[in-house]
Amino acid sequence: MAERILKNIRIGGLKNAVKGNDYRKEATISYCILIGGYILLQILTAAGLVGHNLQGQFVPICVYISLAVSLNLVVGISGELSLGHAGFMAVGAFSGILMSRILLQSMSFEPAILIISMLFGALMASVAGFIIGIPILGLRGDYLAIVTLAFGEIIRNFMNVLYFGFVDGKLRFAFNHTIEGIEDTDRIITGAIGATGTKTMASFTWGLLLCLFTVFIVLNLKNSKQGRAIMSIRDNRIAGESIGLDVRKYKLMAFVVSAALAGMAGCLFGLNYSTLVPVKFNFNTSVLVLVFVVLGGVGNIWGGIIAATLLTILPETFRQFADYRMLTYAIVLILVMIGTYNPAIKSRMNALFAKFKPKKKKDDGKVKKKKSGKEEA
Amino acid sequence: MADKKDKREELMDIDISDPGHAYENRQEIYYNDNVGGRAVFVDSKEQYDPDEPYNDQVYIPEKDRDKAPILEVKGLGIDFGGLTAVDNFNLTLGRTEIGGLIGPNGAGKTTIFNMLTKVYEPTRGEIFFDGKSTKGMNTVDINKAGMARTFQNIRLFDKLTVEENIKVALHHTTNYGLIDGMLHTPKYRHEEFRIRKEAMKYLKIFGMTKTADYRAGSLPYGAQRRLEIMRALATKPKLLLLDEPAAGMNPSETTELMDTIREIRDRFQIGIFLIEHDMSLVMGICEGIVVLNYGRVIAKGWPEDIQSNPKVIEAYLGKSRGKMEEEEKKEDIEDALKKGKLESAPSGKPDRKEGE
Repeated sequence: MAERILKNIRIGGLKNAVKGNDYRKEATISYCILIGGYILLQILTAAGLVGHNLQGQFVPICVYISLAVSLNLVVGISGELSLGHAGFMAVGAFSGILMSRILLQSMSFEPAILIISMLFGALMASVAGFIIGIPILGLRGDYLAIVTLAFGEIIRNFMNVLYFGFVDGKLRFAFNHTIEGIEDTDRIITGAIGATGTKTMASFTWGLLLCLFTVFIVLNLKNSKQGRAIMSIRDNRIAGESIGLDVRKYKLMAFVVSAALAGMAGCLFGLNYSTLVPVKFNFNTSVLVLVFVVLGGVGNIWGGIIAATLLTILPETFRQFADYRMLTYAIVLILVMIGTYNPAIKSRMNALFAKFKPKKKKDDGKVKKKKSGKEEA
Repeated sequence: MADKKDKREELMDIDISDPGHAYENRQEIYYNDNVGGRAVFVDSKEQYDPDEPYNDQVYIPEKDRDKAPILEVKGLGIDFGGLTAVDNFNLTLGRTEIGGLIGPNGAGKTTIFNMLTKVYEPTRGEIFFDGKSTKGMNTVDINKAGMARTFQNIRLFDKLTVEENIKVALHHTTNYGLIDGMLHTPKYRHEEFRIRKEAMKYLKIFGMTKTADYRAGSLPYGAQRRLEIMRALATKPKLLLLDEPAAGMNPSETTELMDTIREIRDRFQIGIFLIEHDMSLVMGICEGIVVLNYGRVIAKGWPEDIQSNPKVIEAYLGKSRGKMEEEEKKEDIEDALKKGKLESAPSGKPDRKEGE
C-alpha cells in the first residue's frame, strides 16, 4: 500500500510544497545577530565613533528587542493581537525597582540584586498576565486587542496612584500621597512622579544577556510540545480541540510567558534610570513594540530584533525630525501592510529580489531547460 | 557525531511489519498516570452483558457480537431554534466494525458527528462511548476518552510541518512539562526523540516519510486527507470518525483509500464510522449502514439490504413517476377538500408533515 501511495504523491507532486520552519537555522541567525551586534557596537564605542546620546540608548535597545521577541510569542506564535504589553513592562519595572531597593538595604553585590529583581519583576508581571488572561482569553481578534489595550491603561493608571516608601526602615504603601512620617529621601515610588532615587545597575552587557535569555526561551518554547500546541490552536482551533488540546490553557500559557518576559525586560529598563515616570508605559509604547513585531515580520524572531534596533537607533540619529516620529511609524506600518498584501506589488518585489539571488540556481535551471528542450526536439 | 548518525539510522529503520503496534502499546500508555488524565484502558475482549444480548435489529457483524459495542446511541436529537435538525437517531457500532452513515445533502450527517464529538450539545438522547455516557464531556474530553475524527473540509495545522502535525496529536503521550520545554532539558530531548520516532512510524505506515519536513498546508489534496486521518490515529483512538474521506478524490484514489481504511481497521483493531457520498466506497467496505434523510433514520442494515431499499432509492433519486402522479392526485383531492367540494378524504398514506 505504502509504495502505491508514494507513487501517487510523486505524481501529485511536491513541486508546490513548501518546507517548514527550520528551528536550528532560526536560532543560529538570531544569536549571531545579537552577539555580532553587541561586538560591533562595543568596537565602535571603543573607537569613539558612537555619540553620547546613542550610547545611552544601548540598554533601551536591548529592552525593546526583548519586548519585541516576547510580544511575538502572543502575536506571531499564538496569533492573538495584544496591545497591553507596556502594562506588563510597567509591572515588571516598578516591582523590580521596589525589590532592588529592599535588597540594597542588606546586600551590596549588584549582579545578584539585579538578577533577583528581574526574576521578581517577571514573577509579578506573570501574575498580572495570569489575572488578566483568565477572563479575556475567551475573546478573539479585535475584542481581545481592545481589552488588552484597556488593561494596559488600567495598570498604568494604577501605578499613578501607588505610593511606596520606607517608614522607620519598614516598607509601607498607600493609594494617596499621605504616608505618615515619611521622609522625601525614603520614597521609592511616588504616584505620578514615579520611581525616584533608583540605583542604576543596568549595563549593555546585562542587556545582551537579557536578549539572549528571551530569545532562548521563546525559540525553545516554539520547538516544544507546548509551542506546537499553541501554534496548532492558532492554525485551527476546532481541529486542535478535536485532538484533545485545551485551547484556553495554551492561549493563557503563551500570554503568561510573554508577560513574564516583558516584566523582566521592564525591570532592566527601570534599573537603567534613576527616575522613572509611569507615563513612560503608555499606549504609545505598546504600539511601538507592536510596530517592531510587524515590521520584523509576525512570527519572525530575528526580524523583530533588527526592527527594534533600527527603529531605536534611527530616531536617535534623526533627532531634528523627532516631531514626525509617530507619523513615520504609521506610514511605515501602512506601507508594509500594503506591500505584503497587494499581489501586484508583491510580484514586483519578488522579481526585484530574484535579481539578487545567487547565480548558481539560475544556471541550473537554464541547463535543465536546455536539456529538456533538446530532448523534445 | 556518531551518536547523531545512530539516531538517524534508528529513525530510518523503523519496523512497521508488526501488526497493531499502536493498539498493543495503547494499554501501557493508558495506564501511565502522567499522560494528562487519559481514560484507563478497558479490555476490548470483555464479554458483552448476556442479560442484554444483541437482538436481530442491531446490525453488527458476527465477529463483534461477543464484545461490548464501542458506541451506543439512543434517541439522539438536536434542535436549532425551532428547527429539528436530527431526531431519534439510534445506533450500535461494533468494536471493530466499519460503519457507514449516508444520506442526501443536508440530511444531518455531519450534525450527528458534531454531536458525537460534542461540538454541539445534543438536545435529547444519550451517547454511550465504550460503555460510558458522554454526558457533560466536552470535545477535549471526548478525544481523551478515545474518539478521534476528521473533517469534511480539511482542517490541518497548515503552517506546521507534516511531522509536527502528528507530533501535536501525540501531545498527551509526550511526557514533559513547560520548564523542560523552555529549557530543552535532557528529558525533553529524550521524549522528543521518542515521539519523533513514533511520528515517523505513522508516516511510514502511510508511505509519507518524504513529506515529513513540508508544510501541511502546501501538500497535494490527497496527501492532506491522508495526513488528517494519520493525525486522528495518532491520538490512539478506539473509534475513528471519518467525515467524507473520499471527497474530491478520483476513482483510483478512492480504491486506494478503501484499502487504507481496511488496513487501519485490521492493524489498529478499532471501530470506524464514516460519512460518505461515494457509494462504491460505502458499499465496498462498510459492514453496517445507516441511511439518514431530513434528520431521521430511514433505513438501517447490511449493504445489500440498503441497495435494494425503496425508501433509500426514493431519498436519493426522488419518487418514481407512478408515485408522483398518485401524489399529485392526492394533492388535488386535498385542495378540493379545503375548498369544501368533497366531504371525506380517501384513506391512504399521509403526506410528509410540513416544515420537515
